[in-house]
Amino acid sequence: MNKPLRRLSVIVLLMFVALFASSTWISFVKAPELNADSRNTRTLYREFGTNRGALIVDGNEITTSVPIKSAFKYQREYSDGSLFAPVTGFYSIVYGRTGMEKAANEYLNGTSDSLWLNRLEHLITGADPQGSSVELTLNKKAQEAAYKALGDQRGAAVAIDPKTGAILALVSTPSFDPNLLAGHKSSEVISAYKELSGDPSKPLVNRAIAGDTYPPGSVFKLITAAAALEDGMSADDIIDAPRQYELPGTSTKLNNFGGSACSATGKQSLADALRVSCNTAFAILGNELGEAKIAEQAEAFGFGEALQIPLGVTASRFPTGQNDAAVALSAIGQQDVRVTPLQVAMISAAIANDGQLMEPYLIEKVRTPDLAVVSETKPDTLSNPISKSTADQLTEMMIGVVERGTGVAAQISGVEVAGKSGTAETGNNKSQHAWFTAFAPANDPEIAVAVIVENGGNAGSEATGGSVAAPIARAIIQAVLSK
Amino acid sequence: MTKGSTPTVRTRRGSELLLILFALLVGMFAYANVGLAVNDSLPTNFYVLTVSMAVIAIVVHLIVRRFAPYADPLLIPIALFLNCIGLAMIYRIDLGSDTNLASKQLMWTAVGVAAACLVLFFIKDHRILRRYSYVSMIVGLLLAVSPLLPGIGHSMHGANIWIKLGPFSLQPAELSKIFLAIFFAAYLVDNRDRLAFGGPKFMGLHLPRMRDFGPIILVWIASLLILISQRDLGTSLLFFGLFVAMLYLATERTSWIVIGGLMFAAGVGLVVSKFAHVQQRFDGWLHAMDSDVYDRVGGSYQLVQGMFGMASGGLFGTGWGQGRPFVTFSYSDFIFPSLGEELGLVGLFAILTAYMLFVQRGFRIAISTRDGFGKLLAGGLAFVIAWQCFVVIGGVTRLIPLTGLTTPFLAYGGSSLLANWIIVGILLRISDNARRPVPLPLRGASTATPDESGPNLPVRRTSARAAVAAHSNASAKELDTAGHDWAVAQDAQHTQVVSREAIDFPTDVVRQLDAESAENQILDDSRDSSPLPPAITPDARRSAYPGQSSIIHTGAVPPPPLPDHNEEERP
Repeated sequence: MNKPLRRLSVIVLLMFVALFASSTWISFVKAPELNADSRNTRTLYREFGTNRGALIVDGNEITTSVPIKSAFKYQREYSDGSLFAPVTGFYSIVYGRTGMEKAANEYLNGTSDSLWLNRLEHLITGADPQGSSVELTLNKKAQEAAYKALGDQRGAAVAIDPKTGAILALVSTPSFDPNLLAGHKSSEVISAYKELSGDPSKPLVNRAIAGDTYPPGSVFKLITAAAALEDGMSADDIIDAPRQYELPGTSTKLNNFGGSACSATGKQSLADALRVSCNTAFAILGNELGEAKIAEQAEAFGFGEALQIPLGVTASRFPTGQNDAAVALSAIGQQDVRVTPLQVAMISAAIANDGQLMEPYLIEKVRTPDLAVVSETKPDTLSNPISKSTADQLTEMMIGVVERGTGVAAQISGVEVAGKSGTAETGNNKSQHAWFTAFAPANDPEIAVAVIVENGGNAGSEATGGSVAAPIARAIIQAVLSK
Repeated sequence: MTKGSTPTVRTRRGSELLLILFALLVGMFAYANVGLAVNDSLPTNFYVLTVSMAVIAIVVHLIVRRFAPYADPLLIPIALFLNCIGLAMIYRIDLGSDTNLASKQLMWTAVGVAAACLVLFFIKDHRILRRYSYVSMIVGLLLAVSPLLPGIGHSMHGANIWIKLGPFSLQPAELSKIFLAIFFAAYLVDNRDRLAFGGPKFMGLHLPRMRDFGPIILVWIASLLILISQRDLGTSLLFFGLFVAMLYLATERTSWIVIGGLMFAAGVGLVVSKFAHVQQRFDGWLHAMDSDVYDRVGGSYQLVQGMFGMASGGLFGTGWGQGRPFVTFSYSDFIFPSLGEELGLVGLFAILTAYMLFVQRGFRIAISTRDGFGKLLAGGLAFVIAWQCFVVIGGVTRLIPLTGLTTPFLAYGGSSLLANWIIVGILLRISDNARRPVPLPLRGASTATPDESGPNLPVRRTSARAAVAAHSNASAKELDTAGHDWAVAQDAQHTQVVSREAIDFPTDVVRQLDAESAENQILDDSRDSSPLPPAITPDARRSAYPGQSSIIHTGAVPPPPLPDHNEEERP
């Protein structure tokens, strides 16, 4: 009976081949899918079991993993949690990662492709894998100044180094403490999260880059002015600035802020129109330029592009295909134009940097645990939205705004500040958003900022960009310049 | 070896010892690694455990040297290797979950290995087992149904496959499979001709005659009853698979495999449609990832958690002590996924390869042994190990529905270890018989003297002495020194069988004689396993056959154990 024995042993061999195949199927082929399954706590345990890298601001660790005695071997801790939360995000066993914890995860947990040499070293030495630390571009003083100045108002502030694009401050208020969500007791984490997500002031939303985008109001006039200058106008050209402007094709009358006249003559220079933030002048200018030119200019400043800094940024929006009335309103930053505070800061930054817009970024360097630099961000040009001469003229115009226009509250003694205010109608009977964007020193800019205070903040319906947002911008600029 | 002397068969005990040391070393490193990874120090009982394991291994090696010197050299090292890996994993899970199973498993390893030694010591010839065919059947069946007996039957984890004897919980199915294999082998060797008779031909298959369906239907019903009453597909699948495989081995009829497969599928289909608990198992298999099946009590949670473990291990595993193999029964039914998690796919391949080698050695033993009973038993036991691996590992890797069997040698469980080590013992015994060199001298070798055969082959010297004695027509009493070869001959039943076959197949004997020159050739060439039965060497046959009829009738002189069928492989 050797023949059936041989045949049976072949059948047995095939049975084992099936086992080899089924093991491979689970351990290799299906492994990524199984590892990603939310019911697989191992992925969590493994992730939380790694010595995750720190987030570093100005040489100090603001987010660290502290060894603890529990199944999760490390506890994530955030110093100044609320201050940096819009950047750090949180790291939760229940809700996953947000912010930099998510965007820089591969560096922090050491799985990034660029860290392969490091992993090989750990594999050989048998040491516990350790994540890399990520050094941020933030300036703690700027961050603190913005956070303090915004206080308990809902709003956001962004500061950029216009020459590099490095983000110096990124604040969103009200904020939250990521430590509340970093615990390992899921019941506590869940209740903390429910409280935060149920809060009507939306503390978990990062207003600076990814909240509900805002109507920019008068700060958008910078783009309309830029489009006009690029179109061949100059700052001294006299344009119509009537008390009222009947929007084309409608009987709606557009007023200036407070119903006042922009000038006694009904005409003024482009520079003066920006200085007093004349609505009718820019609405007419917008209609003269036409939708396409303004849209093109907005796009050149970064509208329509969802940046990764590496946090995900909501794209700002300038709608096209509108009628003339809507174009007129869009030209003064109303109607359906929507921006993020980061986008507004980028407009100032481009003007400050002679018309060259640098790509904004948050990660300065990534260092392995043995302090070797793995990657370092090199400043990169995002676009060249305006010429140097346009930038120079706009700078002069913005200096005028702060010296004797709507932005006097942003004046700093000894420093020439260029700025633009905005007071954006929000509709549905709520107070206006107060905007201010600026850069300084005007002759050699080190910082460009954008500030928004939602619905006028504590000042409510009395608020204007110049009165509420400008002082905050000034505080941030002062913090950066006072070395 | 000069021409004219008896052929040398290497015992290969040296290779065995080396491989045993290797298996021990792997186990030792694994065990140390677990301790170092989890606690940064060697396990507290590191020396106790490794020394015990080494003692166990060396003892079994010495026993084999003494009682089965020609036994297959791979079986013990492979079994030890798997046993050691299993121990390390169980210890690793102990550390993670505050249990103390590893030391119990070590104790059971000792018991199992001792049982294998006892098998070698008491069973000098596997053919003795044939005498106990009906006893085996009764014991096997009693063991199989014992979990249902009130008093000792014990239901755990939704399956009635346990009995409780004092402090021990046993899975009697494990031991039962050995007894049933012995019974099947004895029964089939007696009835194979009848069962092999062709019936009608259907779609290219020779179907058996209707009246020969009796036994398979009986086993089928028994298996289904086990499935229904014990709520466990594993045991039922194990027994039925074993029977069908052995039926095929005995009859060479592929139709039996097809019929068996169809019958079992139909039976399971019937049971699944009627019994909710079996249906649940199928649901957990087919829809394992569905969240309602996953969350259900008795659903697929355990299976899926095991799969998560394997997936997180990936190709190379987390390393000993670095994973989280803590799903329920990660140390027994689910030890394979646990190992997959910490040793990765690479580790699983090593383990599967070890099983494959073990099973292939088993089949090799079956092929090289001479008697039909031995062939069936060795083939059946090799198959049952493979089949059990397939059913368990296939279950945890979602190839087939999950069942409640243990992975041989690896998994925690006393009955399983005991039974599988006994199988090792029996296979060792059969392989020793198969490989033991011819106790009678070959033609032209009668001048061989103990001195010529070399000083370092004591075993062969014994054989040579016996051979010389046989050649000179020594009495049966003297022949006893040849060892076990005559033991079976004292069994009247066997004598009868031999005589019947000798009469039924006279041409076979003639052909056998005609093939002698070719056989001699083989003997000279083949050092590893002699395909020749000891007592039908040309010389022996020449002396035995003339008086054969008287031998058979009187039984005074043991008859030569003839090859018991006509399809013995010939060169």
